[in-house]
Amino acid sequence: MYAQVVESTGKSVKSPEEMSEKERAFQARIDAGEKIEPKDWMPDDYRKTLIRQIGQHAHSEVVGQLPEGNWITRAPTLERKAILLAKVQDEAGHGLYLYCAAETLGVSRDDLTEQLLSGRMKYSSIFNYPTLTWADMGAVGWLVDGAAIMNQVPLQRTSFGPYSRAMIRVCKEESFHQRQGYDIMMKMANGTPAQKAMAQDALNRLWYPSLMMFGPSDKNSVHSAQSMAWKIKIDSNDGLRQRFVDQTVPQAEYLGLTIPDDNLRLDEETGHYEFSQPDWSEFNDVLRGNGPCNTERLNARNKAWNDGAWVRDGLMAHAAKKAAAKIAAE
Amino acid sequence: MPKQDEALFQFLLRMGDNTLVLGHRVSEWCGHSPVLEEDIALANTALDLIGQTQFWLGLAGEVEGKGRSADDLAFLRDVWDFRSILLVELPNGDFGQTLMRQFLFDAWQSIMLGRLMSSSEKRVADIAEKASKEVAYHVERSAGTVVGLGDGTEESHERMQAALQHLWPYVGEMFMSDDIDAEMVKRGIAPDPASLREEYDALVGRVLSEATLTIPDDPFAHKGGRTGKQHSEHLGHILTQMQWLQRAYPGANW
Repeated sequence: MYAQVVESTGKSVKSPEEMSEKERAFQARIDAGEKIEPKDWMPDDYRKTLIRQIGQHAHSEVVGQLPEGNWITRAPTLERKAILLAKVQDEAGHGLYLYCAAETLGVSRDDLTEQLLSGRMKYSSIFNYPTLTWADMGAVGWLVDGAAIMNQVPLQRTSFGPYSRAMIRVCKEESFHQRQGYDIMMKMANGTPAQKAMAQDALNRLWYPSLMMFGPSDKNSVHSAQSMAWKIKIDSNDGLRQRFVDQTVPQAEYLGLTIPDDNLRLDEETGHYEFSQPDWSEFNDVLRGNGPCNTERLNARNKAWNDGAWVRDGLMAHAAKKAAAKIAAE
Repeated sequence: MPKQDEALFQFLLRMGDNTLVLGHRVSEWCGHSPVLEEDIALANTALDLIGQTQFWLGLAGEVEGKGRSADDLAFLRDVWDFRSILLVELPNGDFGQTLMRQFLFDAWQSIMLGRLMSSSEKRVADIAEKASKEVAYHVERSAGTVVGLGDGTEESHERMQAALQHLWPYVGEMFMSDDIDAEMVKRGIAPDPASLREEYDALVGRVLSEATLTIPDDPFAHKGGRTGKQHSEHLGHILTQMQWLQRAYPGANW
């Protein structure tokens, strides 16, 4: 989710006959529900796919600070400001665990950062949308974190040990984030007419971008099958999207807000909602760098990194001096 | 309000407005710092400062007795009613300037809170006790960063020296005393600010010397923030952001 279009091998799933003996043994461990640990043997493609997936997820947490950070200085009460600060701090912390998990696969955080800054690695499309009113802080928590949880809860069972453990920690905090988002929406939806209008406007703008978070339809994804066999991906994109809609529609009704979809309808037989797909051409535009905020987000990250170079260099130089002095003293 | 309560009210505003305005400034860094660990640390510092603001301004409202909450005080006063020192109002500048400002403030706050823990006013002592745990960590971290950058590369040293040069004239205001302070001393609520200077100079001197930085000779000190007589131009701009929603949608519940 926060890793929407991770291109895995691009090949279909290998059959047992096509696998080497090592690969067969590896697959057997995954099928038996064992966790793969960093020092264990793993196929190169498993490693590469995971680096991309965990890296994209980490980048999303880091870039995700920006749209919410946008409202910290304007939060309407001290308590809301404190909660938002705590939340954004959590996001940065998630980025940190995830980079650490990726590093166990033999890639450095600086390497991944460099790939983010140059645009070679992606982050979730959702963070390329602007946050325009305070209600967006509610909608981001409710919808965006809600969608993230939908994807990350199953990933707690993913086959790679460090990723699975990171997800367990992340999920605990994300459910708090979602609750605080919904709480903001409740206040807005039950507030003054202007607040209610703000809440509806936030839902109108963020609904379809939230549906996009699950990635393109599985029918159009050649990458899913191998990732699912490896238990890097647990559920299909469409399955998760459906679950999200089913969960979110009654929550919107409770708020007295309208989901911006004329085709939304509960299918009594299946118990699932029918709904309109997001505009996938817009999704592709966003991925190609043409979302409303792609340029600002990447510029902000590049500026932070470049402006901070002297700080990182200074602290490294100081640490080296201390280490040298310690050796000299021994 | 009786005169002695007015003095206590003003003292509490001074404490709370400092943490509010500095918390605002630090929070501006969110997502823009040199390294992920610093994003976390800065957000955490801002969070602590906003939490402390809730206590100080909450108590200020209680003492005032007009039914104003901490939020009312934070979001519905204008510049002239603020009692923050000029140091915390200054723009962030580069990361070095932000951390130097933080250290110069943390050092003062850690000493001040230490004294306030034995305040005759229990509600003040309780807040000080809680906040001092957070501030002990703040000063350790900001001092460590000032040392690391002061004694890092040539560039980082030069930037930190420039930051110190820029900020030092704003240090003196923390130690100026007036009638409000005299009233606080008389009632055993808070120390005379001037009495913190020696301990402050020793702490700051030790850290800055380890950082290989030189404290400017000129003893000049800007003033006007803690008395509210003359704030910086910056404060008004901070308030336009911070108070915008409360001002634009009066009476709404958030």
